[in-house]
Amino acid sequence: MASLNEYLLVSGLLFAIGLAGVVLRRNIIIIFMCLELMLSAANLTLIAFSRFHTVNGLPDYNGQMMVFFVIAVAAAEVAVGLAIIVALYRARQSVQTDQLTALKG
Amino acid sequence: MNQLLPSLVFWIFAGLTLLGGIAVVALRNPVSSAMAVVTCFIGLAGLFITLSAFFVGIIQILVYTGAIMVLFLFIIMLLDLKVEKGNARSLAGIAAGLSLVAAFVIQLIGVLGANPDMEMSDAPLNKQRMVESAQLLTKESDDNPHPVGADSAIVKSLKEGSLPDVHLVGHKLFTEYNFPLQMLGVLLLVATVGVVSLSKKKSA
Repeated sequence: MASLNEYLLVSGLLFAIGLAGVVLRRNIIIIFMCLELMLSAANLTLIAFSRFHTVNGLPDYNGQMMVFFVIAVAAAEVAVGLAIIVALYRARQSVQTDQLTALKG
Repeated sequence: MNQLLPSLVFWIFAGLTLLGGIAVVALRNPVSSAMAVVTCFIGLAGLFITLSAFFVGIIQILVYTGAIMVLFLFIIMLLDLKVEKGNARSLAGIAAGLSLVAAFVIQLIGVLGANPDMEMSDAPLNKQRMVESAQLLTKESDDNPHPVGADSAIVKSLKEGSLPDVHLVGHKLFTEYNFPLQMLGVLLLVATVGVVSLSKKKSA
């Protein structure tokens, strides 16, 4: 059977991949997808701890509640974020972050 | 065989998740990246199910791959994004990104190596413990302010030795987490209104 540390390692690596995507990619939609990867990596950690911390012989469902709320908030976040990206594209005709430098000091 | 199979399933889904994740970052075409995210989330849902979180696993597929990624694909289609041409990014940027990630992974391995590991058998889900927990769940106490009914589906299923995952999630969601759940409804309403007002053409 897989152990807790193996799950945490997979979760941490997925978070690192998401972080790499946010830093390396220039397309704002890909950056947004990588943010979703990082959220899901955190979810995997929560579920792993929920399973390995049993309460009265059952998994700790408080962790799963957290994941449920994270997924619901992520759905709302994606809807708003994509609307902002579409508005941005309408104003600038680009989704490349190196061309969106209006806030640069 | 009994020990090997769950471990094999774990490594298959973990591999699917990580390969999908790498493909998201590596592929040049935004549509390919979106499909790689779908692969990654399917692997992740598999990992949730190996952790006996069946409800969250199904929700992961329904909400993330079913709804969120379709929304992403719609936006990619609407903006008509093409494959990124050329490699204009600077070497310094790539080096900075990779060293950040390397620092994170080194830290991660250090933390995992320094902390005691736990096997699934240290936190077993077996029939004997489930029958005990069925008794505890029906009694009201400080730890258990919302007892379940003695003839409820949760108790019935626990006495048969199968984990009533969806029932337990539902019970917790509608008792202990009732207020956050309603706030979530408000949040989704606000998000809907926000999206409509954001995507409206400015008439002024």
